[in-house]
Amino acid sequence: MTTPTIVLVGHGMVGQRFLEALADRGVTERARIVVLCEEPRPAYDRVQLTSYFSGKTPDDLSMVEAGFMERHGIELYVGDPAETIDREARTVTARSGRAFAYDTLVLATGSYPFVPPVPGKDAEGCFVYRTIEDLLAIEEYAKTARTGAVVGGGLLGLEAAGALKGLGLDTHVVEFAPRLMPVQVDEGGGAALLRTIEKMGLTVHTGTGTQEVVTADGAVTGMRLSDGSELATDMVVFSAGVRPRDQLARDCGLDVGERGGIAVDGLCRTSDPAVFAIGECALASDGRVYGLVAPGYEMAQTAAAAIADEEAGDGFTGADMSTKLKLLGVDVASFGDAHGTAEDCLDVVYSDSRSGVYKKLVVSADGVLLGGVLVGDAEQYGLLRPLTGTVPPVSPEQLVLPAGAGAPVALGPSALPDDAVICSCHNVTKHAIGQCTSLPEVKKCTKAGTGCGSCVKVIEKLLPAATDKGLCGCFSYTRSELYEIARTLRLTSFAALLDSHGREEARGGEGCEVCKPTVGSILASLAPTIGLGGYILDGEQASLQDTNDHFLANMQRNGSYSVVPRIPGGEITPDKLIVIGEVARDFGLYTKITGGQRIDLFGARVDQLPSIWTRLVDAGFESGHAYGKALRTVKSCVGQTWCRYGVQDSVKMAIQLELRYRGLRAPHKLKSAVSGCARECAEAQSKDFGIIATANGWNLYVGGNGGATPRHADLLAQDLSDAELIRLIDRFLMFYIRTADRLERTSTWLERLEGGLDHLRDVVVHDSLGLCEELEALMAAHVADYRDEWAETLDDPERLRRFVSFVNAPGAPDPSVRFVPERDQIKPDLTILTIGTLEGATSR
Amino acid sequence: MTTTLELSLSPDSWMAVCEEARLTPGRGVAALLPDGRQAALFRDRSGRTYAIDNRDPFTGAQVLSRGLVGSADGRAFVASPLLKQRFDLETGRCLDDDEVTVAVYPVRLK
Repeated sequence: MTTPTIVLVGHGMVGQRFLEALADRGVTERARIVVLCEEPRPAYDRVQLTSYFSGKTPDDLSMVEAGFMERHGIELYVGDPAETIDREARTVTARSGRAFAYDTLVLATGSYPFVPPVPGKDAEGCFVYRTIEDLLAIEEYAKTARTGAVVGGGLLGLEAAGALKGLGLDTHVVEFAPRLMPVQVDEGGGAALLRTIEKMGLTVHTGTGTQEVVTADGAVTGMRLSDGSELATDMVVFSAGVRPRDQLARDCGLDVGERGGIAVDGLCRTSDPAVFAIGECALASDGRVYGLVAPGYEMAQTAAAAIADEEAGDGFTGADMSTKLKLLGVDVASFGDAHGTAEDCLDVVYSDSRSGVYKKLVVSADGVLLGGVLVGDAEQYGLLRPLTGTVPPVSPEQLVLPAGAGAPVALGPSALPDDAVICSCHNVTKHAIGQCTSLPEVKKCTKAGTGCGSCVKVIEKLLPAATDKGLCGCFSYTRSELYEIARTLRLTSFAALLDSHGREEARGGEGCEVCKPTVGSILASLAPTIGLGGYILDGEQASLQDTNDHFLANMQRNGSYSVVPRIPGGEITPDKLIVIGEVARDFGLYTKITGGQRIDLFGARVDQLPSIWTRLVDAGFESGHAYGKALRTVKSCVGQTWCRYGVQDSVKMAIQLELRYRGLRAPHKLKSAVSGCARECAEAQSKDFGIIATANGWNLYVGGNGGATPRHADLLAQDLSDAELIRLIDRFLMFYIRTADRLERTSTWLERLEGGLDHLRDVVVHDSLGLCEELEALMAAHVADYRDEWAETLDDPERLRRFVSFVNAPGAPDPSVRFVPERDQIKPDLTILTIGTLEGATSR
Repeated sequence: MTTTLELSLSPDSWMAVCEEARLTPGRGVAALLPDGRQAALFRDRSGRTYAIDNRDPFTGAQVLSRGLVGSADGRAFVASPLLKQRFDLETGRCLDDDEVTVAVYPVRLK
């Protein structure tokens, strides 16, 4: 018997998935597989295309596991598209002239961007947004452009707009429909999205079409819109939808749909039984062309199963169009019957224009969840989508209300039925995930979580690993338990703790990158109490600290460090400011003002740190602990001294607090702020502990956070005197340090704390556990023991010896740390790093 | 008498790097090699020494010597200080990505 040949035309995400499905079924063993790929590189993750602009390389985006083609004997020809198909002779000819006889042909040619037929559409400065090459061209052209316009306010259009904005362009979005993302979201969702996107500085024109691209000397200068207005722009990106690429099929006489798409049956077979079509080029048997990757994957599986002669299941009869994305940083999700098209269906809507959150659930008269739209907060998507088609265990209003409003019932993944599809990209059920024990295992065995990634949080909650609360592979105790062990047994070394309290198999070992810094931090917090020296880099402690603590500076992406001197309360004299400027100038450092009212100096080589700090310490500066899980900064507004609204001296209080808690090691970094009146200019309510002045004293707020999961701080106590305030903060911080998990900010700690704010108030205000005296003593010991780490380092030649680039060439600078100019300062020269990244590694 | 840590670039050719005492157990140091490459040298709790390439293949930065040493299943590894991928100190194999390995160099104490 001769070996059959399968030719795949197109090597995008769906094509690659098809090859994997063939390999899974052993087809690659018994057939010759040939792949013709138009683009110059193998399949890559087009869904994540925009992440190229945030630093991902084309290699990062690759979908093909190294060695995959070789292992399965697949012949891949990149940059060589199929040009003609002769169905009678069963041959495919590529552009290079290569011809292949096939037994089975699979078309996965994808789609092409639709460009409206307007005058000027081909001018210089007009682009589409589809391939890595498109992005490279946009990036290049944007260097000389100031304004960019995107035609199309759908999913891809907003991706493109985000990219242009990221390239520094003044960005416009033109959408023909009356709202953004008309396919996915309803009017309310579109409005929420519009407000948020406009707040980011993008200009959105909805309900208007593009009439003409205005040009001068063949290059874009603007656009004329259908409402008669004109828009000046240097470049135009068309992102107004895609069309199936079915030309090859048309040319060889296969049936195609009226509006395009290669007609296929439930097994993805075209009108010629030897030819299959999958993905965006195919017109499915339900009469739709699917432009999402998940249905494409499903078609790839269906076609591979049919080719492998497997018993036909249902085949591909249509797919779930649910999506969740982060566009321009805004969560957008829609699932099921998002537009409420079912008869007699009802809406439950929650809308908050202040925060840009819009949530709508569509339910049937008898309570079955049919679908929904989530904008601004799509946290619940991972749970809601699998619940679609069922009567949820809690009422719909509880599902849309935000945490904290109306006390929603916590609906965990345990509420989901076993056959609920958790990963819709790869169609993986809760049951299948339950067979695995860790996230890497889930990804490897089921591929769940490797598509859009939106289900990873739900998967983590389903895994049994969540029940082992141990810190890491070395300790079965939590951080707070280790703190108690070290404190009560007065253990002063990591080795002693590991060998006496580590997991059996880890005793006598090295520990790991998780427990070493955690124990290092615990020992530093407890140092004065358990009789350990206060310097965190002495003896064994030196081996425990993360690299930032080890060099008392923050490592940046090219291996250089940044330096942040402490500026308590953000108050600084002109003389000291000048010193910082002089140091930055003399060492050629990049200078940036931080969000915490201090100055960050970037680009120092490790061997320069001591000379930089000698100058800073001589001028009266000390470490800002920007490198540590420690108190960072206490921000302040200018307060009563200058401000006509101020009611207390917020600067003085901020300085007092910063000097009191500087150097305090904690489970995570600590930020604080003091506002001099209720106008709250210091943003104290977004801090771990924030203080707002009142006419009668101070209000203390705790557990606030900015960053990725913002949380407003909770009011712990009101109208405190200076002494009362400080005593309460002492207790609060020490209670946090004692009981929080590793890398747990006060916000998540407070949310997790049993009894929440009330319990915290009982403990630190009413002393319900009788702990307060001890907590205050711990803080008093810290305050008394504080010494500046940098001054201590400079005083000791032995301690300074670590600050060399090379142990065998102490004077030599590291030649790989180089910089190039940008906006009159420096930035890391990444070319020297990225050339042949993974070059030092051998691919196996 | 001091003990010197030596590293081998080719069979029978050893270069002295530093005194053994310069290595804190559980931490590393970087050495500049004659051909411009960099090596990361480590010592574990038991006193055993290792050398691997200093370049973090995921970021391109020469920083592996500044990572933390740990052990898993009795084998020592270093975790990159940038993105925390772990590399076996004996084989150079990345524990978090089967496709990646960094070079290793023989070392001895003399």
